[in-house]
Amino acid sequence: MSTAAAVAHPPAKERLRAIRRRRTLTLGALLAALVTAVVLSIAVGANPVGPAGVWQALTAPTGSESDIVIRSLRVPRTALGVVAGIALGVAGALMQGHTRNPLADPGLLGVTQGAAFAMVASILLLNVTGMSTTILFGLAGALLASVGAFALGTAGGRGGSSPVTLALAGTAVSAFLYALTSALVLLDEQAMNVFRFWQAGSIEGRGEAVVWQVLPFVAAGLVLAFANAPGLNTLSLGEDVARSLGQNIALTRAVGIAAITLLTAAAVAAAGAVAFVGLMVPHMIRPLAGPDNRWLLPYSGLLGAIMMLVADVVGRVVALPGELEVGVVLALLGAPFFVALVRRRKPVRL
Amino acid sequence: MNVKTTPRITADRPLRVRGASWLVRPRGLLMAVTGTVALLTLMALNMRMGDIPMTLAEVVAATIGDTAHSFVVMELRLPRALTGALVGAALAVSGAITQAIARNPLASPDVLGVTQGASVTVVAVIVFTGATYGGASGTLALVGLPAIALLGGFAGAVVVYALAWRRGLSGHRLVLVGIGISAVFTNLKYWLLTVGDVNDSSRAMVWISGSLHARGWEHVWPVLSALAVLVPAALLGTRTLNALRFGDDTVTGLGMRMNRARGVLLLIAVLLAAVATASAGPVAFVALAAPQIALRLVRTAQPPLIVSAFVGAVLTVAADLLARSLFSPTELPVGVVTAVLGAPYLIYLLIRIRRERRT
Repeated sequence: MSTAAAVAHPPAKERLRAIRRRRTLTLGALLAALVTAVVLSIAVGANPVGPAGVWQALTAPTGSESDIVIRSLRVPRTALGVVAGIALGVAGALMQGHTRNPLADPGLLGVTQGAAFAMVASILLLNVTGMSTTILFGLAGALLASVGAFALGTAGGRGGSSPVTLALAGTAVSAFLYALTSALVLLDEQAMNVFRFWQAGSIEGRGEAVVWQVLPFVAAGLVLAFANAPGLNTLSLGEDVARSLGQNIALTRAVGIAAITLLTAAAVAAAGAVAFVGLMVPHMIRPLAGPDNRWLLPYSGLLGAIMMLVADVVGRVVALPGELEVGVVLALLGAPFFVALVRRRKPVRL
Repeated sequence: MNVKTTPRITADRPLRVRGASWLVRPRGLLMAVTGTVALLTLMALNMRMGDIPMTLAEVVAATIGDTAHSFVVMELRLPRALTGALVGAALAVSGAITQAIARNPLASPDVLGVTQGASVTVVAVIVFTGATYGGASGTLALVGLPAIALLGGFAGAVVVYALAWRRGLSGHRLVLVGIGISAVFTNLKYWLLTVGDVNDSSRAMVWISGSLHARGWEHVWPVLSALAVLVPAALLGTRTLNALRFGDDTVTGLGMRMNRARGVLLLIAVLLAAVATASAGPVAFVALAAPQIALRLVRTAQPPLIVSAFVGAVLTVAADLLARSLFSPTELPVGVVTAVLGAPYLIYLLIRIRRERRT
């Protein structure tokens, strides 16, 4: 659309330049915010450390108490937050793009619960131990749930399904899987004790090993997601137009689902059931990044990481001496956002 | 797919009592009779189960006359079965009203904040008054929990209703806001579960899954009285409910005070769901599935209230039977079974609606 306008009106070139400038500025702002969030996440907590102390602990550790806290607890926690945040942000943007539904979110659509159920079942029924095997089960569960959510969300012909239908479908899928999970958990009190912390969504105390275990999945998911971006741009013109432009629609969808599955399963394995990041981030960044998915996806990832870290820091501060899990903080932030989105006079269309 | 039969003119006769009149549908009556028989059979089957196994004949004898089993049957097993039936009926009527108001067959009190609101408050009470904090037990636990659940359920519905209100009420907005708010309640619930000690959390977990375990007469009476008052009130509003299926403009054009009518009916629905949840915890999907099944049985335009109630009762008691026998001797909460069975039904409905819209 914009290229045709650029040919017709020379000033459009000017506008294009303005858009580019805005994108660069946004990227700079996002990176700066991410660095700040990382520093905050390492510095803030029950044992606060100044920026100088953080620098020293990272570059030249002396083995003091705060050095140990930072290197063994806060750095892994922060890294996990960044990885999970990026994964959820990109997954949310992809999902909204593919379903053309402004309310799409891996948490709300049941993908999270799918991964959760498969992982709990593998631990309890098959006695699977070790994160790397569990995560494979999580992947399978997430795949099934996201295919299900997709089938319900996109089969409505052109323009996608109505947000109400998709949201209800997500609720149904979630409730179903949650009931299965809770049946398993209720039969085993030990599992209950692990499960309840996991279900609240938390990046605390997972350790460095988890970061390394989920990283390959997130990396693979990101590669697929960015490869999917141009195709998704074409798809957003409608399936008929995309097809007539020579796009392989089935392939584009399949790559999209694969990316969503990898990212969500990895995030769930890392941080438990965290909802609303994928919902909020794309909406917040779209005014700045524009509708082009090649920009929207990476920006959503960055903002997702920022949001995850900030929510985690807030959770550490508000409920001293205890902590509020990051999933709870995000729900408290995300739900008003969701309600505002629904109450808007002009419904958001994708 | 299904072959469309030509519409027949059914022998619906109006029943007139002074100014008021209702349509009496033979099919509906037939369903009600079948429903009663099925319900009684299922309840009797349910009452056979327990530490002392009984035959059906023994159960019936103990209910009617005075036998050795009478205490067990009358004081322990009958109230449980009755609570199940009544809770199911209340949820189903609540769902039927909600679906008519939201003009969406997929709406239910589950998404209106009632169930989740009740769950959060109950979990909070169990966790904060549980073993770790000194503990409240005995009468307080017995009377307090349902009362608090009722309060929480009502508060949840008020929040959703207030947030969905915007110069009037739109069914879609109500459902979406409900889903959003329910998600917050759910997360709060999970957080509360992490705060308490593991025994309290387990107890809370059983409650929030919807359980009929150890329900006595004190659980039967509140639901029964709520049904006795609210169902006749809802029946008086049937005409309004039937009108509500048209668009907002048409309803207003028919001379109806739409928002007020909706408000009153919604209040009835919320009260029924809240009372039911207070007695048995959130028994998921009964409110959604029962009215839709009733609709297909009776073939009316709107979910019929009375038949829905029967279907809801049958579903809940049947689910409880399943929950008790599946992993026997371990009992699952009934809500787990209704959710596992109900969610696929919701998905089936979604697909069906999609298909109907496309053709």
